[in-house]
Amino acid sequence: MDKALKMTIRDLNFYYGDSRALHDISLDFRTHEVTALIGPSGCGKSTLLRCLNRMNDLIPHSRVEGQISLDGQDICDPSVDVVALRRDIGMVFQKPNPFPKSIFENVAYGLRVNGMKNKAFVAERVEKSLQEAALWEEVKDRLYESALGLSGGQQQRLCIARAMAVEPEVLLMDEPASALDPIATQKIEELIHKLKKTYTIIIVTHNMQQAARVSDVTAFFYLGKLIEVDKTETIFTRPSLKQTSDYITGRFG
Amino acid sequence: MKESSVAQVDYGAMAFPESEKARKEKRIAPGIRAHRRFFQSFMFWFFRLSAAVNGIALLIIVYFLVARGWRAINWTFLTQPPLEAMTKGGILPCIVGTLCLSIGALLVALPIGVASAIYLHEYAHPGRLLRLIRLGINNLAGVPSVIFGLFGLAFFVVWLDFGVSILSGALTLGAMTLPVIIGASEEALRSVPDTYREASLGLGATKWQTIYRVVLPAALPGILTGAILGLSRAAGETAPIMFTAAVFYSPSLPSSLFDEIMALPYHIYVLATAGTEIEATRHLQYGTALVLIVLVLGLNLVAIFYRARLRRRM
Repeated sequence: MDKALKMTIRDLNFYYGDSRALHDISLDFRTHEVTALIGPSGCGKSTLLRCLNRMNDLIPHSRVEGQISLDGQDICDPSVDVVALRRDIGMVFQKPNPFPKSIFENVAYGLRVNGMKNKAFVAERVEKSLQEAALWEEVKDRLYESALGLSGGQQQRLCIARAMAVEPEVLLMDEPASALDPIATQKIEELIHKLKKTYTIIIVTHNMQQAARVSDVTAFFYLGKLIEVDKTETIFTRPSLKQTSDYITGRFG
Repeated sequence: MKESSVAQVDYGAMAFPESEKARKEKRIAPGIRAHRRFFQSFMFWFFRLSAAVNGIALLIIVYFLVARGWRAINWTFLTQPPLEAMTKGGILPCIVGTLCLSIGALLVALPIGVASAIYLHEYAHPGRLLRLIRLGINNLAGVPSVIFGLFGLAFFVVWLDFGVSILSGALTLGAMTLPVIIGASEEALRSVPDTYREASLGLGATKWQTIYRVVLPAALPGILTGAILGLSRAAGETAPIMFTAAVFYSPSLPSSLFDEIMALPYHIYVLATAGTEIEATRHLQYGTALVLIVLVLGLNLVAIFYRARLRRRM
């Protein structure tokens, strides 16, 4: 039986100024599934990801048309509290970007800005998030040292822990392993596998093997249009469209 | 045909003029290469000397002050008020006055300056209003300090009726220091990577929380640099305080914001031009100048120390 719909996109168009970056996108994301967005550079997959937690609002002269819903509620509606929305939809960026603070403060940041003052609760949540991100053992003795002293892979796992600390429902990951070495990448992929049970994950990746390893559903984009979306196994073995199979076999992109 | 005794090295299709000559010599030898090396050395030495001029200029100034003023420095000089028409005694009230004015100027300029920088960089929409504000700030930076003095006189001393006082002086100096603080703070804010802001907003923080918790702390070293620069300027300026705060002689140390005070730069000016015994007090003038420089250096060092501590922490 299909899992419940967590987020849906209907007829989404996105404009940077006058140029249209996304064309009539309609896509579903189901609970506790990992959806991978793949496609060549510039095809709009990161733009789409950023629409999901309204990070594109930060870009001047940008415009969204269409509907994006989380649990049935339209999030593009101007009356929606964007700040609260971003608590429910977390984001991990391509390049690890821990704050220039201690490891503890990094993970606790989300809790603090959302008003959590109870020290015991914060400490407990920090430990839990770091454990979920498979980082606890490595940092438990240096929680109060600068986060910038960690390696790239550790920093990225810290950013994942940071995002998880506020217990969002959806996790958006924009090429989370592209700046990391293969071993760190593997750790991140194992993490995604583990996190699937608690979160709904949408991951943008330009690495097709990663998409094949990690996701349940894959959506292929090209020049701002959704070309094909299907179960990952189907997309990679029996794609319906020639364009998809050309991309997957490396004929272009 | 006899073989050439020099081994021919084939450089392929290279078209550089030097390689033509190089074909005849296996090793890179003096000639065109040496000419280029000499020219490069020459330029580097020119740059090194230009940089050294900074240090040399400072050393010359300090040397002059020390050579001509050290005789005046003693415990009395630093801790006693002046006596007998400034020819004896000390300059304690001047030191106190300059400290009050500089710190006062910073207290005025720093909050307003940093707040302005935050507004300009984080909140303002690009457009006509923003351009006008920036134009205003840049022009403020170019206003001669004596005009600030007259402005302070007209506005703070007379119109607001603060009188000749620490308050008027600090406000005037603060206004003068404002563009420096704004410039340095904006630069500091600009250097904070946008990825920090994005990460913070992505976690559900508001814009102000992002600025207060992430951006400002990261920009603090740069802001402190601006504060150092501003402080040095404020401490050494004569014209703005001439009409607004400083007097030639004050019988006692200041006890309130509305008191008039003596100040080091003004004291030097008066002793050197309008005092009753210019030549006799020459060593006192240099001594005062020396104290001023040491004071400014001391204030700088405090700020630099604090900034280094901040940087080391992150």
